[in-house]
Amino acid sequence: MATEKVQVVEKILDANDQVASQTQTLLTESGVFSINIMASPGAGKTSVILKTIEKLSGMMRIGVIEGDTAPVTIDADKVMAMGMPAVQINTGGQCHLDAMMIDRALKHLDYKNLDLIIVENVGNLICPAAFKIGTHANVVISSVPEGDDKPYKYTNIYRGIDVLLINKIDLLPYLDFRMDYFQQGVEILNPDSLVIAASG
Amino acid sequence: MHELAVTDSILQIAEKHAIQANAKKVTDIFLVIGNLSSIVDDSVVFYWEMISKGTVCEGSVIHFNRLPATMYCLVCDNTFEIPGELIPCPNCGSYQLKIQSGEEFFLESIEIER
Repeated sequence: MATEKVQVVEKILDANDQVASQTQTLLTESGVFSINIMASPGAGKTSVILKTIEKLSGMMRIGVIEGDTAPVTIDADKVMAMGMPAVQINTGGQCHLDAMMIDRALKHLDYKNLDLIIVENVGNLICPAAFKIGTHANVVISSVPEGDDKPYKYTNIYRGIDVLLINKIDLLPYLDFRMDYFQQGVEILNPDSLVIAASG
Repeated sequence: MHELAVTDSILQIAEKHAIQANAKKVTDIFLVIGNLSSIVDDSVVFYWEMISKGTVCEGSVIHFNRLPATMYCLVCDNTFEIPGELIPCPNCGSYQLKIQSGEEFFLESIEIER
């Protein structure tokens, strides 16, 4: 039987991107700024979020969406213990958050009464980079024990970031971490990003 | 491993266009994927065989048109292909670069039987 070609030209993740775009519009119109925190497991995502809440709690209302692959509420519990609302997403083994998950999570968060939403993505340097979730800014946390070659090896996550936080710099004296080499790798991918060094 | 989610999106798009075109069967799927997209072709094919079963796409073959990743140098206007790892501009050594291609990630066309 003769076959026929049908032109499609549709972005593979278009459905996800559309939901992400709607989420971003919703949050913008509600006066909420949102950030997507991505990093490898153990880079210090939760610690940085808790410290941020500690520093900003008197100044603004913050909500947190926690993404984990396992059915645990460890991180959300820590946030709630500080008096801030948190929603835990269990991805059921999936390696990243996607726009639909954030859309569902927002139904459990009184976002209209918040100023800032922090989303903690699943600890992973590969998959979260491929899925927009509708936040306004991308933050990557990179801890120095991970090594200085990560921007070269995980180019997708180190691309299109607004803020890079280099964490655990108190360990620099004990590690062979070439800061110049690391920062050059980040610069290739993001000439305009803001780089902050911290020890959280 | 986000290939399952990606493969599922490919199936949804292909099915939608197959139904619109009154297809009895989809025989081929043509994807265009830039080399900066982190997708493992073999994994997509593996999942495709599983999830397309019982759909209009069952038995169809996925074709990957891989496009090279190229960078543009903001300092000397040089355009160059990156060989797999990130390198400064081979012409002037600058790190002030912009991605020119390699981020493509779309379903270009399907081939159907009516």
